[in-house]
Amino acid sequence: MRSVASAPAALAVETYVSEPYNEEIVRAFTIASLFWLVAALAAGVFIAFQLAYPVLNLGLEWTSFGRLRPLHTSAAIFAFGGNALLGTSFYVVQRTCRARLWGAESLAWFVFWGYQFFIATAATGYLEGVTQSREYAEPEWYADIWLTIVWVVYLLIYVGTILKRREPHIYVANWFYLAFIVTIAMLHIVNNLAVPVSIFSSKSYSMSAGVQDALTQWWYGHNAVGFFLTAGFLGMMYYFIPKQADRPIYSYRLSVIHFWTLIFLYIWAGPHHLHYTALPDWAQTLGMVFSVMLWMPSWGGMINGLMTLSGAWNKLRTDPGLRFSVTAVAFYGMSTFEGPMMSIRQVNGLSHYTNWTIGHVHSGALGWVAFMTFGAFYYLVPALWKRAIFSTRLVAYHYWIATLGIVFYIVSMWVAGILQGLMWRSYDENGFLQYSFVETVAAMHPFYIVRGLGGVLFLTGGLIMIYNFYRTMRGGVAASEPRLAAVPAE
Amino acid sequence: MFSQERIEKNVILLLVLTLLTVSIGGIVEIVPLFTIETTIERVKGVRPYSPLELAGRNIYMREGCYLCHSQQIRPFRDEVERYGHYSLAAESMYDHPFLWGSERQGPDLARVGGKYSNDWHFAHLKDPRDVVPESIMPSYAFMASRPLEFTHISEHLRADRAVGVPYSDEMVADARADLLAQVNPDGDGAGLLKRYPGALVFKPLQGAPDKVTEMDALVAYLQVLGTEVKFRDVDPADLTQ
Repeated sequence: MRSVASAPAALAVETYVSEPYNEEIVRAFTIASLFWLVAALAAGVFIAFQLAYPVLNLGLEWTSFGRLRPLHTSAAIFAFGGNALLGTSFYVVQRTCRARLWGAESLAWFVFWGYQFFIATAATGYLEGVTQSREYAEPEWYADIWLTIVWVVYLLIYVGTILKRREPHIYVANWFYLAFIVTIAMLHIVNNLAVPVSIFSSKSYSMSAGVQDALTQWWYGHNAVGFFLTAGFLGMMYYFIPKQADRPIYSYRLSVIHFWTLIFLYIWAGPHHLHYTALPDWAQTLGMVFSVMLWMPSWGGMINGLMTLSGAWNKLRTDPGLRFSVTAVAFYGMSTFEGPMMSIRQVNGLSHYTNWTIGHVHSGALGWVAFMTFGAFYYLVPALWKRAIFSTRLVAYHYWIATLGIVFYIVSMWVAGILQGLMWRSYDENGFLQYSFVETVAAMHPFYIVRGLGGVLFLTGGLIMIYNFYRTMRGGVAASEPRLAAVPAE
Repeated sequence: MFSQERIEKNVILLLVLTLLTVSIGGIVEIVPLFTIETTIERVKGVRPYSPLELAGRNIYMREGCYLCHSQQIRPFRDEVERYGHYSLAAESMYDHPFLWGSERQGPDLARVGGKYSNDWHFAHLKDPRDVVPESIMPSYAFMASRPLEFTHISEHLRADRAVGVPYSDEMVADARADLLAQVNPDGDGAGLLKRYPGALVFKPLQGAPDKVTEMDALVAYLQVLGTEVKFRDVDPADLTQ
């Protein structure tokens, strides 16, 4: 229904464009993102159950938790999230600039296949045990160099398209996408500086060591969250929520403040991953203070996203795709409150090293990143394939099943994490540590099962979405969609 | 001069200002760590890894052990009682990369060295549930029979030296011999122990030094963790950063 309703506006813009937009490439990225979504979630569910039932490590080196965990995180962040970001950014930049992608057709395809090749190279390396052991920067030096080349071409296409725009202003979504592209380039290059053992060896030794290396890595790691998983997806929010709600962004001024304060403050927050470690106190304090300050621009962005719906809240009833986007912004607000709280040293003293952190990450990854992407895709797939969605009822099923999955996940990890932290520091009446370490491991078992079930639900929802898209692309309309014919365009 | 009006009409300006804005935090936080001398405490005893320990460390990384085991003890009463003295920056000054970790699905390993016997480690790595029934760690039985690949061990030391680890020419040249000497208790380990004081010379799993396995290397690494600084001799004043 939505796509039918918004079609006239979109068509009106397109008729003024001399060359058509490159939508082929956006379709390719969308399909790649969906493919990697299943891979990431399946790997996640599998390793979640490995922690409950270690027999699932299968006694094989390639299937042990330690090798599969980077596979899961990279597939989720860089393969699913990355393809979604690249695809939507190419869609958004063309429409908001009213210009076809800059450069030869083959250049965009080089970015697409180059990026998939990077993912495949990294993933097969993980299974073989090829890793830099830097969280979220595991790929070794040769894969890093390849990604740098692909990324530079991506930046060129993006900037080139903006340069040939037929709009005087650069739309706010593009600021965020640009900050994502540029900052990720900076982080990637600095954090991956290393000396390979030889040109024929996959192994390298990192440029810095110990405490300096730790801060470089978490400067990278936290800003992979800040710029890959936040700024990039905020770009998505600033385009797709106004589109879905058919309303302009709530406040232009707020988006200007949101942008500059967010990118300035985020970069300082890394040291909160290293509280009470050998990192000097001054650096820990800086990290904590800036993390707490970060709460403000984050909520500014949340307000800007949510308030865009004022006057259009009724669309939530009729557009289940929009429900994903709005819930995503709500999860963004929740995670960006929880994060600053956990970055306070005293809270971190309890939460660090526990499953609470895992829960926090997933409320962001599932609730914000994945839901934002699903919301965008429910808009994008009908728009790209020029067909109404096969079944809005299936979208609603997906929404509720996935939401339930997130609740299972984060609640079980909250309880598990806090329990774990308290058990570690608990003393008996004689002044001895009350629990041996392995007792705290055993106590996690029921929560690991609940968490795994949450993952199964989230994966099930994802498969429903993919089935729905498959039928949409083939041009089907479910029998449960009688109203589609009855409601004409506005 | 830099009005938003102007910035958002000029992509190059937007790009440059964005890059400047995101550079500040990193520069202010990271650069001083390299320049402030007290960042790394002045304690004695920290030495580069022996070739066998380094090979073991690379196996530790390959298997993703750092994903479940931290190597960083915080200065809390319970952690110090459970694991030992809180970790110092100096203790990982030759760690390229650092392996402090971020999770404790398993216990911290910063001071696991010397806590258990080699035989305990061999049994535990082969099947953790044989010795700790509630353990959720994967079994690493394949390491017990797989020969350690160390033909290029000198090149590893050389690469590590290129990023700042003080391996001498002698250490690089004798890397292979030192590696084998560490699993040959009947041989002459004087050279090895001179270059790597405190290195644990032990009988390998398969009995003979020429049959050194991956598990031997991993155990050599685990047994050196946290043992280099002798806290008995450390003046607390040396620990201020």
